[in-house]
Amino acid sequence: MARNKEALVLVLDVGPTMHAILPEIEKVCSMLIEKKLIFSKNDEVGVVLFGAEATENELTKEVGGYEHVTVLRNIKVVDGDLVEALQSLPRGSVPGDFLDAIIVGMDMLIKKFGPTNKGKKRLCLITNAIHPIKDPYEGTKEDQVITIASQIMAQGMKMDCIIARLNQNLEANKRVMEENDFLLRVFSNKSSSKTVYVENSTKLLGALRTRNISPVTIYRGDFELSSTLKIKVWVYKKTSEEKFPTLKRYSDKAPPTDKFATHEVKVDYEYRSTQDTSRVVPPEQRIKGFQYGPQVVPISSAELEAVKFKPDKSVKLLGFTKASNIMRHYYMKDVNIFIAEPGNTKANLAVSALARAMQEMNKVAIVRCVWRQGQGNVVVGVLTPNISDNESIPDSFYFNVLPFAEDVREFQFPSFSNLPLSMHPNQQQQEAADKLVRMLDLAPNGKQETLQPDFTPNPVLERFYRYLELKSKDRNAAVPPLDETLKKITEPDPEILSQNKSIIDDFCRCFELKENPKLKKSTRRLLKEKPSRSNEEGENFANGSDAQPMEAIEYTSNVKVEKIGDSNPVHDFEVMMSRRDSPEWVSKAIQFMKEKIFHLMENSCEGDTYQKAVECLVALRKGCILEQEPKQFNDFLLHLYKFCQEKDLKSFCEYLASHKVTLISKTEATDSEVTEDEAKTFMVKSEPKSEQ
Amino acid sequence: MDLDPEDIFRDDEDDENEFYQGRDSTKELLVYLVDASPKMVSTSYPSEDGKDASLFQVAISCIVQALKTQIINRSYDEVAICFFNTREKKNLQDLNGVYVFNVAEREDLDRPTARLIKEFESIQEKFNAEIGSKYGILPGSHDNSLYNAFWVAQALLRKGSAKTANKRILLLTNEDDPFGSIKGVTKMDMMRTTLQRAKDAQDLGISIELLPLSRQDDEFNVSLFYAELLELEGDELTQFKALVGERLEDMKEQLRKRIFKKRKIRRIKFIIANGLSIEVNTYALIRPTNTGTITWLDSVTNLPIKSDRSFICTDTGALLQQPAQRFQSYKSEDVLFSVDELSEVKRVSSGNLRLLGFKPLSCLKDYHNLRPSTFIFPSDEEVIGSTCVFIALHRSMIQLNRFALAFCGSSSHPHLVALVAQNEMISGGGQVEPPGMHMIYLPYSDDIRHIEEVHADTNTMAPRATEDQTKKGSALIRRVDLKDFSVCQFSNPALQRHYAVLQALALQEDEMPEIKDETVPDEEGMARPGIVKVLEEFKLSVYGENYEDDDLTTSGKVTEASRKRKATADNATKEYAKHDWFELADSGKLKDLTVAELKYYLMANNLSVTGAKAALISRILTHMGK
Repeated sequence: MARNKEALVLVLDVGPTMHAILPEIEKVCSMLIEKKLIFSKNDEVGVVLFGAEATENELTKEVGGYEHVTVLRNIKVVDGDLVEALQSLPRGSVPGDFLDAIIVGMDMLIKKFGPTNKGKKRLCLITNAIHPIKDPYEGTKEDQVITIASQIMAQGMKMDCIIARLNQNLEANKRVMEENDFLLRVFSNKSSSKTVYVENSTKLLGALRTRNISPVTIYRGDFELSSTLKIKVWVYKKTSEEKFPTLKRYSDKAPPTDKFATHEVKVDYEYRSTQDTSRVVPPEQRIKGFQYGPQVVPISSAELEAVKFKPDKSVKLLGFTKASNIMRHYYMKDVNIFIAEPGNTKANLAVSALARAMQEMNKVAIVRCVWRQGQGNVVVGVLTPNISDNESIPDSFYFNVLPFAEDVREFQFPSFSNLPLSMHPNQQQQEAADKLVRMLDLAPNGKQETLQPDFTPNPVLERFYRYLELKSKDRNAAVPPLDETLKKITEPDPEILSQNKSIIDDFCRCFELKENPKLKKSTRRLLKEKPSRSNEEGENFANGSDAQPMEAIEYTSNVKVEKIGDSNPVHDFEVMMSRRDSPEWVSKAIQFMKEKIFHLMENSCEGDTYQKAVECLVALRKGCILEQEPKQFNDFLLHLYKFCQEKDLKSFCEYLASHKVTLISKTEATDSEVTEDEAKTFMVKSEPKSEQ
Repeated sequence: MDLDPEDIFRDDEDDENEFYQGRDSTKELLVYLVDASPKMVSTSYPSEDGKDASLFQVAISCIVQALKTQIINRSYDEVAICFFNTREKKNLQDLNGVYVFNVAEREDLDRPTARLIKEFESIQEKFNAEIGSKYGILPGSHDNSLYNAFWVAQALLRKGSAKTANKRILLLTNEDDPFGSIKGVTKMDMMRTTLQRAKDAQDLGISIELLPLSRQDDEFNVSLFYAELLELEGDELTQFKALVGERLEDMKEQLRKRIFKKRKIRRIKFIIANGLSIEVNTYALIRPTNTGTITWLDSVTNLPIKSDRSFICTDTGALLQQPAQRFQSYKSEDVLFSVDELSEVKRVSSGNLRLLGFKPLSCLKDYHNLRPSTFIFPSDEEVIGSTCVFIALHRSMIQLNRFALAFCGSSSHPHLVALVAQNEMISGGGQVEPPGMHMIYLPYSDDIRHIEEVHADTNTMAPRATEDQTKKGSALIRRVDLKDFSVCQFSNPALQRHYAVLQALALQEDEMPEIKDETVPDEEGMARPGIVKVLEEFKLSVYGENYEDDDLTTSGKVTEASRKRKATADNATKEYAKHDWFELADSGKLKDLTVAELKYYLMANNLSVTGAKAALISRILTHMGK
């Protein structure tokens, strides 16, 4: 762990022109620290602000100058205070000088570590770089930058620059910007620094790497073009999915006084024979059984080891083929990258020559790989050239796994040309579609591509870590809604939509969609073979026509509920009943709830919705007593009984009886015409009936 | 509330499982009706290896292939094999000319077993003796073997309810006019009863499909009889005819494809704009096939065992019910989450596919990939007009070279996806690529690693190939060309091996089968003089004269790690010499040494150094042969 300990100095611009995006910067920086608190608790972080009112740094004391650069925090091990400090960055009032700030940050790193920790020291600059840097005492700005860059190199530091220029009017500073951009390029060329330009807030969240993973090779050795020609390569993972963290199970059994309680839960497995459940089988007496049709074939691990397929470790070329032979959708897994052995010039040349030739001829290579000795399978994959345009980065190959014959299911689908004419778009429709595809453009000329995977954060993880921080302060905190920035990942950008409103409207107008009248709701449920997992999805679909309620799921708490949705009808009903802005809401709520219950009954498939229906019914009953509307409920319940008898849904009647849902009696609501006895006998009366 | 708590706490692997299996809940009952008439047996079909096989043999081998795939992928589906136009008869109804093939320990319509495949594969040898081929419909006789065959098949399919099972009859024949040999009233009568029989079956929810085995010189004329039986009309008929006219060599391929029925994973809503959503079905066309689920058995009785999971509080040892909360240590505190809260965190969008915009295809890089793609195809079943919208977008995307970016908001795995339109591709009359869109799961920024930069050295220029070297590379590429490469031309040798072993064990055979690994490079081809020449030229151009010394030159730049490794190895050899290991082992004094000292022995002898001290000692003793 400690081996990969990183020291990072965040150099943040808080000047007046940055105020608009500071909230996003606060988010991304605190996320960085939150992740460090979990995954690399020993990392050390310092924070330097520039463009601030105050001046507070060691250099100004030692040599003077460096105004408006404030050290918010010296380099030390990450903690919760840092997260909080980053969440409320001060708003500065002076245009900042980023070069001064870099020097201060660099000075901090040098003072703390000296020449040690090579390669594990990082500076991270976030600014819009629209203000000029001061002229140096001697030489040009460029000379100064070169000096600093060589210092950075010599000290084994890395630097990430994030230049955030959102849709502000920056025309005025064009000349300064160009100068700054030039200086930053000098930085990139002269040191291991990387510059990313960011034009929207979503990209800002994705631009800062929030987790440091030291890469590990999955293969080092020969790439055999033939038995006589071998190129030394290293293979790494290029993409690998960052998973939702696995949370531990919590036990609340430990007494609250026990300060050292781990609260962990141990999962114990016990194996029992299916024939005689009292007999426990010790784990070592188990043997693996593999399905082969209805048979289960037992194979001990020793046997399995003896007979299993054991190819030798190697990476071999099978041949080259046209790039168009390998369709994009055949890529099976996360992607690897083949680089020539570092420092091996000849191998680098060989990879470069092949990659460039492949690029020119539009060819790809098919290779057979066994990464490790003893690995029980082979992988056949495709190498595609990755030509580098940065002159210090060598050419390489991307490697994607291809499917085997067993992995492909060749289903036949009707040709579009064989479909009936009514399913073909007419010319007007086609034009509308062309326009939509052309105009709803996420990578317009001259502008940055939006939602580029390389700079798009994972909304679920972002949300989780923010929630974790919230919860650590307030254990009852509710899940925060997806903020605007993240919503741009899950939903279309409202800005693009409004820009293209006429085109979208046109498109919608051109096509007519209607529900298939031949399908009755009840049969639809059957046809729609229950989605294997998420009920929620199925429910949503049953209501395909009113998409609105489910869209509102996340906002039910702050949006005034006007309808009863699928996800939480009881809650919606209660909210509606308590709305006081119009007397109509009560009757509307009751009406909606009745419809909802009927809907649930109609769409029930072997009683899977009964529980929900009863919950709704109980809520309705309570609501009707509160609002003194007993007749509404009693009539409805009688009606529902009748409906159930007619539709052969007797099981629901039984279900109701077992949950003691009765008519509302006089004692509960004075307006009721039903006596308490009647209310009770209603159940008794209907019960035998339901059992016929 | 409407989420299953297990669902959220399911481990990621479970989610993965569901994604990778992509199967639905219905099962399929299938009856193969194979024409065994002399016309099938005697018509030959030139096969690739030069040996002619009869159409009957082709049909058998296709079914064997299908059974083998089925037993691996969908072993819960049930199948029956039934010959008609046979000499012998074997069926419950005791009808002439129909023979239901089966093996021991299996009902006629049942899940495929190892023995079924084994015996069916070798049916050729016994066919003449035990079953025999004979025309079943002859002038002067009232036997109607086709009618009988449908009757038997329908009776077999009586099993299982129509709601949960998908029932099919697959008819394989090369006779387009089964009643051609007879005339007059008898013919009319026979045709009528047969059609009625087929219609009855179809009314019971059984679908009948015909796989015509035709040859180029002898086209299968579906209009003669089968069009009516299959209720083909208009477009369908033309479509069917087109399929029949397939080129000879693709027939096997086509049969294989058509034997399996396509199954969708789920139906989703594709929201294109506010107020415009269409309906699409998703299909898993490509998923890695693995060795199947493992059932744990008791090694004494070979009976399955059940695992009981219990939760024990580590602090108190108390037995817990399924714990409802999870925690994450954060800032030296335990932060608790409830099931609902976690599911809420994961629910970042409604469970639909939502269009975000379009981008040029060049924006989709080769490294933008995480998992196998999912295929989407429109459906008008619920929302009429969906297909029309889909086709319009599909055409525009292909024409403008763009893909759609969308957010796929499933509750377990919400993801940004690229929808890449794929045109239909037809080769030799068969569909190679279906028309539709492929959903490609895109990585997020944290999923992408910047490996290229790790080893980049800013001070030096990276080596770049010269024009000559690139040219030599091109020559090499041109020579070593896989012309007709198709992505799925190799079978997975590990899987083939695994199932061959299973089959052998299931049938209690002693000999382990040899499986050919198709993935090894063609050494012979690579040794051809033309290829050797371009290889040598490339080698010379890049490596110069002394390629052989290359290993030495690179090792000049030893990394720190390897130097260290070398140092410890040297040290180990030195230390190793200090002890008389045999003496120590004999006197049982090995245990008096430290672990570090024991490791010297292991290192010097290239043994593994992992494990506890006892393990190290036993490893040393084993190595000494004691």
